[in-house]
Amino acid sequence: MKAILSGNEAIARGAYEAGVQIAAGYPGTPSSEIIETIAKEYGDSIYTEWSTNEKVAMDAAAGAAYSGERCIVTTKQVGMNVLSDSLMYTVYTGVEAGLVVVTADDPGLFSSQNEQDNRWYSRLAKIPTLEPADSQEAKDYLKLGIELSERYDTPILLRSVMRVSHSKSIVILDKRVENPKKIDTFPRSIEKYNCTAMYAREMHPMVEERLKRIAEYAERAEINRIEWQDSSLGIITSGVVYTYVKDVFPHASVLKLGMTYPLPRRLIGSFAESVKKLLVIEELDPVLEEQIKAMGIEVIGKELFPACFELLPDRLREIALEAGLIKDESLKIESIKSDSNNDLPMRSPVLCPGCPHRSLFYLLAKHKLAVAGDIGCYNLGCLPPFRAQHTMGAMGASVGVLHGMSIADIKEPRVCTIGDSTFFHSGMPPLVNMVHNRSRGVVIIMDNSSTAMTGHQDHPGVDWAVLPTREAEKVDIENLVKAMGVKMVRVVNAFEIEEVDKGLKECLEYDGPSVLITKGECIFISHFKDTSYLVNEELCNACGRCFRVGCPAVVLSEEKHERTGKFKAKIDVTLCNGCSICAQVCPTKAIYQPEEGEVK
Amino acid sequence: MKRKDINFLVVGVGGQGTILSGDILSAVGMEAGYDVKKSDILGLAIRGGSVVSHVRWGEVVGAPMSMKGTIHYLIAFEPLEALRGLGFLAPEGVVLLNTYAIPPVVVTTGELKYPSWDEIEARLRERAEVVYGFNATEKAQSLGNVRTVNVILLGALSNLLDVPASLWEETIKKYVPSKYEEINVKAFNIGQNLIKEEQKHENYGY
Repeated sequence: MKAILSGNEAIARGAYEAGVQIAAGYPGTPSSEIIETIAKEYGDSIYTEWSTNEKVAMDAAAGAAYSGERCIVTTKQVGMNVLSDSLMYTVYTGVEAGLVVVTADDPGLFSSQNEQDNRWYSRLAKIPTLEPADSQEAKDYLKLGIELSERYDTPILLRSVMRVSHSKSIVILDKRVENPKKIDTFPRSIEKYNCTAMYAREMHPMVEERLKRIAEYAERAEINRIEWQDSSLGIITSGVVYTYVKDVFPHASVLKLGMTYPLPRRLIGSFAESVKKLLVIEELDPVLEEQIKAMGIEVIGKELFPACFELLPDRLREIALEAGLIKDESLKIESIKSDSNNDLPMRSPVLCPGCPHRSLFYLLAKHKLAVAGDIGCYNLGCLPPFRAQHTMGAMGASVGVLHGMSIADIKEPRVCTIGDSTFFHSGMPPLVNMVHNRSRGVVIIMDNSSTAMTGHQDHPGVDWAVLPTREAEKVDIENLVKAMGVKMVRVVNAFEIEEVDKGLKECLEYDGPSVLITKGECIFISHFKDTSYLVNEELCNACGRCFRVGCPAVVLSEEKHERTGKFKAKIDVTLCNGCSICAQVCPTKAIYQPEEGEVK
Repeated sequence: MKRKDINFLVVGVGGQGTILSGDILSAVGMEAGYDVKKSDILGLAIRGGSVVSHVRWGEVVGAPMSMKGTIHYLIAFEPLEALRGLGFLAPEGVVLLNTYAIPPVVVTTGELKYPSWDEIEARLRERAEVVYGFNATEKAQSLGNVRTVNVILLGALSNLLDVPASLWEETIKKYVPSKYEEINVKAFNIGQNLIKEEQKHENYGY
């Protein structure tokens, strides 16, 4: 049977067919749909969870793999930084049953804070790495990963990118094959699973020796293949870029590497000898190029194909034409270059109508506070009209950065904004640090009862799990921060702007670390929808204050104020969810909620 | 005989059902015996952003997205998004346009202007060989469910492709919740008739 699956759905399918029993991860675009698909489609066969963070997921997978269960761990590229601490030891220990770590990288920065190339982790951690080009390969390579993991006693890295994870193509479906291994008691193999220095000293040479054996496998593996065409041009490539290369260079010979670490030296060497000119085409960093050059092979790589952003077929074609590698056969490149439709108004993202974060960002902007920010929907607070998240770099970083502002003793009040899921992920250690070191600053935990930005997943602060049939324990944030030693804690309703303001001011006055919890469910969790508000145009004095709440439902009216000539406000009733924040900031009470039926 | 590759670009605004229509289009291609690939750019679509889906049918499809100047059918759920996608259109390319405009926030707050109809038409004429324009949103509303816009557009598109209507209808039924099957089949038929009507007149229907 065949189906059209996204790369992430195909990875989930691969896990199912490979007899995987445990899947864990932390949500992050473009990786999130793997765990979601496993829970939805294969939840009966595979235990699935959203873990508190990626490292927690990795340790859980290690423990389960030591216990003889097949596991996968999923992360986006930056989550790998969190996970990597535990990745390093699992490479040393190896496993009892297959363990595959899936990283979904984000060349082009569609939804990430950087463009890091996680293939460097292959070399750093010495972990064999597979790179699929489409959904069929995503499924096949996941299964191969489990097989290789068990054969060579090592975790395997499967590296996807957004264009594999979020693209769809045809996949042939197979049956599930169960893990034959059953372990009743946990292995007491201290020399294998305890990385104390004296044992780790034995492990490292074994890792090096294992890599040599896997490199031998890579020489003959079917997934590393040469597609012979014209020998005047040879191209070494991997992953989704292979599909771009096939479109742009239909006449070139191609060495497609399905395994990009360790590399097959002899295969690469013989390919290089058989072609006149050799290119390495890889997105982001020269990871393959540098290793191939170190083999003493002459290749053209980053001098032609830049390290920034995706190398989509259009861009590859333009580079190839300019470098004289291909001829313009049919397409009028000039007319494409002169495309005049780049001047159109953009659709920039905004906080949704009814978003619980709106009140706080209105106040942070109004009070002109210094704000250390974090990762989530609320980072839209850095955009107009708020411009009120002044830093953002990594999960949980806001709390540590706030502490830094405090010890640097800047002469103005400072706060940080962090979401509930992000707080659990990595906001707790820096808050404890603030308490212990008697820092001063307001940690604002914006509790919307979900991991909203990545698609509304669960986290420890809610009583539901990725599998709807499984019950979950809710951890109360207020009690938690009190137990961590925070003496000043205020909990406010995010939809009551005066209440938020009062809580904020009390926390700002406190000489020490304080926590303000703004509670209000994400509109996609509550599905809150009240009667739309309206603007009484006679009362509206066109002051523009309601525009400063940054709601897409508050739009310009056609009507102008007689004296100032400014446009009055209007509410788009199809968008308004009736949260009332705009009405709360209106000084003339022109924004009102009509009786049911008055709205047209 | 080797069939010709067909490249589609589906563009619109988050919430319009563009992703689903691209999924249906992909599945129809597979059922019709093509190799199929699809690539979505969602951006922050859930928050009102632009949505772009590439769909490719062929004997063996390489990249999941087409190159500029190679799209045979641009299926635009919104005029502004149609203009944004125009650069991908092949010289012989066809545009199917839902003429219902959704102004972005920078327009509703008065910072920038939405292009006038004259300008939209001029830009379309400059690039496209054939444009079929109709207000699919209005048709969907009068049918009783604005979310059927996507299937109306697919109905229109189906008239231009060599795939039996029954295959389209079966695939649509697989992709929509069972209680919406009937209304979506109706929407598909409305779409089919739209282009038939247009073909009798000028290419420009709005």
